[in-house]
Amino acid sequence: MSKYSTQEMVLNMGPHHPSTHGVLRFILQTDGEMMVKATPDIGFLHRGIEKIAERVPWQAFMPYTDRIDYLASLNCNLGYALAVERLAGISVPEKAEYLRVIGAELTRIGSHFIGAGAMLLDLGAVTPFVHALRERETFNDLIEMLCGARLTHNYVRIGGVSQDLPAGFKEKCLGFVDHLEYEFLDEFNDMISYNTILINRLANVGVISAEEAEDYTLTGPNLRGSGVAFDLRRDDSYSIYDRFDFDVPVGSGKFGVLGDSYDRYWVRIEEIVQSCRVIRQALKQMPESGEVRTKLPKLFTVPAGEIYVRTEAPRGELGYYIISDGGKNPFRVKIRTGSFSAMTIIEHLSQGVMVADLVAIIGSLDVVAPEIDR
Amino acid sequence: MTVQQTDIIKAIKDRLGAAAQSVEEMKNNDIMVVVEKDSLVQAMHTLKTGEGLRFTTLMNQLGADYRDSLAVIYNLYSPTLRQKVTVKAFLDREQPEVHSLENLFRGINWYERETYDMLGIRFAGHNNLKRLLLPEDWSGFPLRKDYVYPESYGGIETGRTDLLDNPISAGKSHV
Repeated sequence: MSKYSTQEMVLNMGPHHPSTHGVLRFILQTDGEMMVKATPDIGFLHRGIEKIAERVPWQAFMPYTDRIDYLASLNCNLGYALAVERLAGISVPEKAEYLRVIGAELTRIGSHFIGAGAMLLDLGAVTPFVHALRERETFNDLIEMLCGARLTHNYVRIGGVSQDLPAGFKEKCLGFVDHLEYEFLDEFNDMISYNTILINRLANVGVISAEEAEDYTLTGPNLRGSGVAFDLRRDDSYSIYDRFDFDVPVGSGKFGVLGDSYDRYWVRIEEIVQSCRVIRQALKQMPESGEVRTKLPKLFTVPAGEIYVRTEAPRGELGYYIISDGGKNPFRVKIRTGSFSAMTIIEHLSQGVMVADLVAIIGSLDVVAPEIDR
Repeated sequence: MTVQQTDIIKAIKDRLGAAAQSVEEMKNNDIMVVVEKDSLVQAMHTLKTGEGLRFTTLMNQLGADYRDSLAVIYNLYSPTLRQKVTVKAFLDREQPEVHSLENLFRGINWYERETYDMLGIRFAGHNNLKRLLLPEDWSGFPLRKDYVYPESYGGIETGRTDLLDNPISAGKSHV
């Protein structure tokens, strides 16, 4: 027996910790470098978006949806617009559907770049983050051409989108997806994804089995990382996703066990390629001219009723449960986000891992604090 | 082969029996099942494990205030039937309590905490029913329709003034 004894120590991580994006707090129970348990403490970014929804008119809630997940605001716009349209029975012009898909897939690419880049930054690799952000800059430029904003897009409207494509967008967008798929990602993977240090940090860390992932209501890339081929764009299709040909990448235990952190990382990298494919097809099929927005009455109301609409956002299932009482404001809006469900599994995953691995686990789950708290 | 929605509605009615107060079609290819709150656990168990149903995926859980009563709502999905179902149970406004479903869906823990935090619905048997998003010393449940905004919190006044220095009361509607 050793003459040295150890005892458990309680450490505080966050709310202002460099590797907890936004403000997240963990209470770590550690035994040396090993962790007994990490308990998340959330709510620092709670802005009461669901309460605000009950106090503003239907259309005026759209800019608030940007703030649910600021890295994928267009996807959040889209989910809300779809829910209201389906509840009110509004049809969307053909061209607007294509513009929505192009915008949503571009946002997914931008979001996955931040997701992968920020995780690498947390693990101590600063350069990849800069590379990812450099490419994201082109995405920001494209979105700025589309809607004038770079972060909180507010592009989608109930019944369509805010404006048509500007001149020169198509060429620039095609150039961007070609550059990503045929040049940049190869370089990025050679440099980073196949790097031995990265593989050692991520492979076999934070393994989530398919049963666990479903039990803890994980969705999106986190669920697919565990080998479950479920993508709402394909399996509960919305908008016009059924017109495009794309694959659903799933984890395969590429360098370790199925469902480890590397699988989740790799699924995101592969999804960027699939998004490029969708954008290319959408740009090709899109009608040249046409309306981009259905005219709605000035005093817009939605018939009384309830609806649950879910869409595939970059961080998993983004669902809106909307209750209308026929008034000019929503009666109740509940927003179900991917990061919220991803956070619920961290306490379970953190048991018995190294403190440094916790950072890898949080990064690989790609949680974004405002989306957890809303 | 996809099963017709009417067949699924019939199957749910058969399985749940008297526990289901109503089973009807809902917008967006969804089915609304209203159950009695005391038979909620039994009904959810049947929906999850019942032969030919298998609503194994919990998509979402929320609470709502319908003014005359509160309600808990669960969104389930069956990957085999490719069908969504929405389960609703109305609760008494004075004593809103329903049994926790953590034994059925492990991931529901935080959803129930959030529902408690926002609407004050208590979940019997929940292992850690504390506020999730709001501070622990917060009073009141904000998503209730009769919620009164606090005038200050932690020594900070919540009221504001407009450009002419007229007070804007906290919680005043934006329009």
